Amino acid sequence: MSESTTKLVATPGQTIGPFYGFALPYEKDSQLVHRAHTGSIRLHGVVTDGSGSPIPDSMLEIWQADEHGEISRETGSLVRDDHTFTGFGRVAVDNVGHYTFTTVNPGATEQGKAPFISMVVFARGLLNRLFTRIYLPEDTEALANDPLLSSLPEERRKTLIAEREPNGDLRFDIRLQGEDETVFLTYPGI
Amino acid sequence: MSDATAQDQAFDAETFDDSHVLDPAATADSQDQISQEITDIHEAYRKGVEAGEAQETQPRIDFAPYRSSLLRHPTKDLHHADPETIELWSPAFGERDVHILESDLTIQHNGEPLGERIVVQGRVLDGDGRPVRNQLVEIWQANAAGRYVHKRDQHPAPIDPNFTGVGRCITGPNGEYKFTTIKPAPYPWKNHHNAWRPAHIHFSLFGTDFTQRMITQMYFPGDPLFPLDPIYQAITDQDARDRLVATYDHSVTSHEWNTGYRWDIVLSGSNRTWMEEGEEH
Repeated sequence: MSESTTKLVATPGQTIGPFYGFALPYEKDSQLVHRAHTGSIRLHGVVTDGSGSPIPDSMLEIWQADEHGEISRETGSLVRDDHTFTGFGRVAVDNVGHYTFTTVNPGATEQGKAPFISMVVFARGLLNRLFTRIYLPEDTEALANDPLLSSLPEERRKTLIAEREPNGDLRFDIRLQGEDETVFLTYPGI
Repeated sequence: MSDATAQDQAFDAETFDDSHVLDPAATADSQDQISQEITDIHEAYRKGVEAGEAQETQPRIDFAPYRSSLLRHPTKDLHHADPETIELWSPAFGERDVHILESDLTIQHNGEPLGERIVVQGRVLDGDGRPVRNQLVEIWQANAAGRYVHKRDQHPAPIDPNFTGVGRCITGPNGEYKFTTIKPAPYPWKNHHNAWRPAHIHFSLFGTDFTQRMITQMYFPGDPLFPLDPIYQAITDQDARDRLVATYDHSVTSHEWNTGYRWDIVLSGSNRTWMEEGEEH
């Protein structure tokens, strides 16, 4: 195909700005599964700035495999039926920078791979989106062998690994700036 | 704190009536000050390019003239990752998610909205020129007076009861999208004294890979506010800035009904292994 050989320069991003709240959030946006779903967990945390203050105008999205490591091809993320797992969720943080998703632990997409959730961060004041990964903390062998984590110094690696809370919830804070700043990612072709 | 005070504060937080209480340093700067900072950064960038440094295509995330960016940008370099598994796919959206009428922002209420009716259309492509098909495009914007339907928008311009300013569509087989809407007006903001945003429409886009996810703003040609705006000018390269400006297209204008603009969007490259056309399923 001749069409696919033309390299084009990507359109620049811009900040989400302050006024997305009436446009992008939607009903059940942060509920990848119903709370009553067997194996449902809460994934939550706080988004903070370089002074450690919570950011109240940030929007996060996650995209993940289901508990068996299957990547959903189902539509219906915007109109949830409480049964179909689409793998996508969106949440606007609250006034104290806190977010909550209701989801499941993603399974490994390949045998021996460390399971992770892909996350993208938007905020007023953030001129372009940021990508990161939320790794599950349990499979320490897979984590040790993970190519991305292995390429990071120890103190930075831990910013990508969620904390398991006693009730099974996952805690993952996002620090946009500072000493323990979250590792944000760039990919080939960006 | 008494209950009454707590209630008042909760009310303020809800309606954002306290938004006039701002850090004085955030609004004291003049446009001249901001413009000089922009000029200095752009000048340094141009010298760098002349000396052989790469042309920039994306905004700086560390761009001090946009004051809100100061504490909200990572200071460490973005870490290079090879996309894996889930990152090589994107959520699927379809007719189940978006009704066809959601692409017309002028018919969401009982009456006609005020302002200049426009059509904005174009294509969503990936970095290899492949159309991004069956994918979600979301837009939001101010009305013809420069006012958002958002509780935090304090600009004393009228709300239009016939205009919300939110639209969605699913791209067609050639990556095409089309919205009917009202041309938004510029509006003031509090980055510095007498700060005004150029008129723009926010666009939210997905590709075939989640790594192509992006949000941006489309501008209108010839806006006199371009040189003054630290968000637009955070893109240091003129060619890159031009990619956010739609083109007036008289073939999109229709007789006695709307004026028309065309704007194509290019996402970053897909990292998936693509098979020939027809094999991808």
